[in-house]
Amino acid sequence: MDLSVSIRKKLRDFFLDVSFQTSNEIFALLGASGSGKSMTLKIIAGIETPDEGKIILNGRVLFDSEKKLNLPPQSRRLGYLFQNYALFPNMTVAENILFAAVGNRNEKLCSLDENLKRFQLRGLENSYPHELSGGQQQRVALARILTSHAEFLLLDEPFSALDSYLKWNLELELAEIFKSYNGAAILVSHDRDEVFRLADKIAVLNQGKIDAINGKHELFDNPQTVSAAILTGCKNISSAKKIADDKIFAEDWQVTLSVNKKIPDDLKFIGIHSHALEVSRTGENIFPAELVQEIEDTRSIILTVKLVADGKNLIRLEVGKNFWRNAKRDDLCIKIPPEKIIFLNG
Amino acid sequence: MEISPLIVTLKTAVTATVITFFLGIFLAYAVVKMKKFKGIADAVITLPLILPPTVVGFFLLLLFGKKSFIGKIFLQFDVTFVFTWKAAVISAVIVSLPLMYRTTRGAFEQIDVNIIQAARTLGVSEGKIFWRIILPNARYGILAGIILSFARALGEFGATMMFAGNIPGVTQTLSTAIYSAVQANDYDTAFQWTGVMMIFSLTFILATNFLPNMRRSSF
Repeated sequence: MDLSVSIRKKLRDFFLDVSFQTSNEIFALLGASGSGKSMTLKIIAGIETPDEGKIILNGRVLFDSEKKLNLPPQSRRLGYLFQNYALFPNMTVAENILFAAVGNRNEKLCSLDENLKRFQLRGLENSYPHELSGGQQQRVALARILTSHAEFLLLDEPFSALDSYLKWNLELELAEIFKSYNGAAILVSHDRDEVFRLADKIAVLNQGKIDAINGKHELFDNPQTVSAAILTGCKNISSAKKIADDKIFAEDWQVTLSVNKKIPDDLKFIGIHSHALEVSRTGENIFPAELVQEIEDTRSIILTVKLVADGKNLIRLEVGKNFWRNAKRDDLCIKIPPEKIIFLNG
Repeated sequence: MEISPLIVTLKTAVTATVITFFLGIFLAYAVVKMKKFKGIADAVITLPLILPPTVVGFFLLLLFGKKSFIGKIFLQFDVTFVFTWKAAVISAVIVSLPLMYRTTRGAFEQIDVNIIQAARTLGVSEGKIFWRIILPNARYGILAGIILSFARALGEFGATMMFAGNIPGVTQTLSTAIYSAVQANDYDTAFQWTGVMMIFSLTFILATNFLPNMRRSSF
């Protein structure tokens, strides 16, 4: 399973310019809404046409603007899972699954039976899509793709329409399906946790451009760019500059930070996760702060503070409930652990 | 009692509706798929709905008359149109086509574009998509279009009068028969045919209200 994509298309708000290669892995496009990730997927499937570029699947050219080659979606053999599942409303579950099935009658029925069982759809054969729950609809859509013998899976925000409990079950199911597809698929999502759980490699898409392509651990530990940092959940970002070999001045927070790793000369921004910050008075990078707001989350307390040195920009940190219950709230001091500071460019 | 106007009307309306049905669906599908000149095509097909029927009739007279290009071609095969039953059918088709085309196009455009794209990515051919997905999912719109077109064809007066005339037993329909009866001060006949028309019209309006997606929930 090899997919190589290099496409450019002028869109209303920005220019889409995306290139990547993926083979035998789950490749995720992570981006905010309107970043061009769904458009990229539609172009790969042949639903939308790029202005120029090349798309090659397992040596088969699907699109090549130079050779004026543009295979219709019908000949691309890519399984596309739509955000709203796009089941045919005039057909029953069985008819939906059989509609695009390949092979002779016997093979089709075999494939139907196998997929009804696999997706726990037995007993729903004669139901219509509007009678099904969101989770069931998604399973029918997946069964339909599998019986059509798609070579590669494209998933467009597969869980966005489901509640969190259903989502979890379907995620497990999807992980199983990925295995049977030699684990080759492209997943489009704005949900960092979902992407982290399912994908092997993640491309961060911002305004139509890929900021970075990384392994998932690499990306979450070291996001490299501001947009990647925001998408991976980093809440505190400040512009910053290097002022000594081991010192940074954080301009938004008006503080000088000690760092214990090599600082790039062209450093522009730093980030720090809210759970990496501590309420503490011992160690390096301790700054007095003023509490602005505290919000109780399901498992932690989210504090919004202002550093006294700056007094304007807000910093968000997450502390344990037990810890906060016993903490001293006056003369609050925040510790920015040097090893947790993330260097970012642009 | 002379019932030929009723027979002529039903024959004309049924024939016209069959033609309108196929032509309307074809045009609706073609216009929906069009990328350029969509607006122009739509305007031309819809025009007979806006124009006074007498103007439509006058155009048809010019277009199919013996001196016209089309008229001359057909004359080679001994086929004429003006003041014939064919002219009544053509008039009914032209005036009812916009209704069929518009309702069908609306129904096509209401289909979730994702399901059509999904079918494409699944490898389903465009023909199969049209017959098995687009048509079935637009069925209520199409049915409404048939009813409206048939009702319009039944009541057609102006274009028919201009193009097909008002020849009893040949082109005289219920509408033109009522006109003639009133002209001749024969109010009994006029009332009789008016009653028949009222029953037809009411039935059709009631029928459209029973179509699932034409029904509006109450407040």
